[in-house]
Amino acid sequence: MAEKKRLKNLTFLEKMYIPEIVKGLALTLKQMLSPSVTMQYPEVKFEPPASYRGRPVLVQETNGTERCVACGLCSRVCPALAIEVQAAETELEKERYPQKFEINMLRCIFCGFCEEVCPEEAIVMSKDYELVFQNRESAIYGKDKLLVPVDELKDRIDFLRKFKK
Amino acid sequence: MPTITIDGKQIEFKQGQTVIEVAYEAGVEIPHFCYHPKLSISGNCRVCLVEIEKMPKLAISCATLAGDGMVVHTNSAKTLEARNAVMEFILINHPLDCPICDEAGECKLQDYAYAHSRGESRFEEIKNRKEKRVQLGPRIKFDGDRCISCSRCIRFSDEIAKSNQLTFTNRGDKVTISTFPGESFDNPYSMNTVDICPVGALTNNDFRFKSRVWEMSFTDSICVGCARGCNTEIGVRNNEILRLTPRQNEEVNSFWMCDNGRLNTFKNVNAEDRIDGTFVRKEGQLQKVNWDEALEVAAKSLKEYKSGEIAFVGSAFATCEDNFVLAKLAKQLNIASVDFARHSVAGDQDDILIREDKTPNTAGAELVFTKTNGAKLEGIFRLIKEGKVKTLFVMEDDLGSINDEWEQALGMLDLLIVTATNSNKTTALADIVFPAASYAEKHGTFVNFQGRVQRIRPAVSLDEMDRALDGMNMSRWDKFGTKFDRWNQGHKYDAKPSWKILAQLSSHLGGKIKYEMAEEVFAEIANSVDAFKGLDYDEIGELGIQLKISEKVEK
Repeated sequence: MAEKKRLKNLTFLEKMYIPEIVKGLALTLKQMLSPSVTMQYPEVKFEPPASYRGRPVLVQETNGTERCVACGLCSRVCPALAIEVQAAETELEKERYPQKFEINMLRCIFCGFCEEVCPEEAIVMSKDYELVFQNRESAIYGKDKLLVPVDELKDRIDFLRKFKK
Repeated sequence: MPTITIDGKQIEFKQGQTVIEVAYEAGVEIPHFCYHPKLSISGNCRVCLVEIEKMPKLAISCATLAGDGMVVHTNSAKTLEARNAVMEFILINHPLDCPICDEAGECKLQDYAYAHSRGESRFEEIKNRKEKRVQLGPRIKFDGDRCISCSRCIRFSDEIAKSNQLTFTNRGDKVTISTFPGESFDNPYSMNTVDICPVGALTNNDFRFKSRVWEMSFTDSICVGCARGCNTEIGVRNNEILRLTPRQNEEVNSFWMCDNGRLNTFKNVNAEDRIDGTFVRKEGQLQKVNWDEALEVAAKSLKEYKSGEIAFVGSAFATCEDNFVLAKLAKQLNIASVDFARHSVAGDQDDILIREDKTPNTAGAELVFTKTNGAKLEGIFRLIKEGKVKTLFVMEDDLGSINDEWEQALGMLDLLIVTATNSNKTTALADIVFPAASYAEKHGTFVNFQGRVQRIRPAVSLDEMDRALDGMNMSRWDKFGTKFDRWNQGHKYDAKPSWKILAQLSSHLGGKIKYEMAEEVFAEIANSVDAFKGLDYDEIGELGIQLKISEKVEK
């Protein structure tokens, strides 16, 4: 049987193993003494940048109404069919509002198309990434969970105004 | 024949046709707002400008008669420039409110702005504001901002509905539509203006904001409001009918339908009182049972009576197929008394569309019942009163609501079996109730007062159906929905077409009536009823076919 040819023949020192072990231990020791980058989640929470695409939310104006006019474009553009909108008439100047606005978070793929297509800047991607459900029903977010005051979304809205054309 | 050249195509035409008509017939669409084939030419939108060689200026194709040897360019640089300029003009004061406009998705201004416009506005001034949400009539809301003053609605109310209720007021950029003082835009055809409005200025009160048009599926159907049988399109979302719109058929209804047909003929399909499942009277109460039990009980009870004691009543609301199978089952049981009720409202007729006969299929029911020679409806009524007829089978008709005497007579029966779509006085008295599919849930044919046979198709799914497998039209939601999606949980009624119920009843009675599809029933009608000879569903097609029964034809 022919001897197997190695790609690289080990040198004498390498064949002794001891220097290599020492090198490895040195690296380990160095890492032990360097500052830790592990985040102690959930005690410490990650604060994403403005460009982060967390769960989509609806912008709530300071007077408490939603900005959304229920045009249904987000629902149309959604590649995963996560959004359902039912419009109704309102006495406000905007004429229509979403009587029902539901996002199925099991369907949502966080692509941000809804935010991109929205003519009213009414649906934006938030920084919220903590999404836990125990059943299908609770994964469907209605207006109660979706509406977020406009002040809390300032970061994202500024980001959009700066970069969205 | 004179010839015109449009975009290099040589087209023959008839003298008197306008350029836009000739182009349309040849498949060249020239953009237009104010032009409508059934209305007079107004020529005020100017978007149909075309270049005609040897003419000094561009001409509007809707008001220019085609001439022999004319050479027309609909896409030359000059035409496009003019079209873009006109679009820019129209868009100056048109609000950018497509997101809240019901017309979005089927808006001609939107389409043309996309296809023929510069893409951005150079207009920096403030747009004109006009009155919004004006209730022009009981069924129509008007948005002044969106109106592009094409005058289609005004011409419609003058020329087609003959009601002269609308007019322009003010001039220049302040021009708007209003009714004459003290008038309300309430004529029985008013809602056709919503369809012909090229923008979203006129909106349907009933449908307003209910759904975006791209969320619905559309199915060709026939209006069941009267014997005219206007061709319609049923708009469905989440298995619920949201809108009926007319579909063009020059032989029947042209582009139009009446408001009553549009608003009131579909509401019972998803109504609260819809019959959902089979019911049998036990201890004085109608109780829900399964299909097999109900059919078994019906068959067993029918066997207890002699054929002379039983009468069958068909329906002018049901399809030819339903009535045919009813007649066949009557024959199987040797029952001579088979007829159906007429529902005519004397005087409620005009020379536009509305007919006195308020059923869609009187002519069809007459045709399939011609071979029966027993007692007619009046005779059946008398026989019930005399106690000679003890059992009645009523298909899809509310005999109890004809008058009090009928209601009493139904109460005298020993056994009343009913197929019905909704609860009514007759089902309240019935011993066995079978849930019937409505006209929007089955295949079938109606024969209108002209003797024209037309098809209906399922737009709403029943419990026993599957949109994909049954070849029904589907919206994007229908295609991708699962049982876990809330937007896909529209109720499916546990009902069957009457012909199917009758066929199943027949087999429980030891008969041989067996059909899988409405089309098979129609094939047999075509074989056995002379008027339908040689016809099939494909032949009837989208627009129906005139039957060869000349004496019935009237315009």
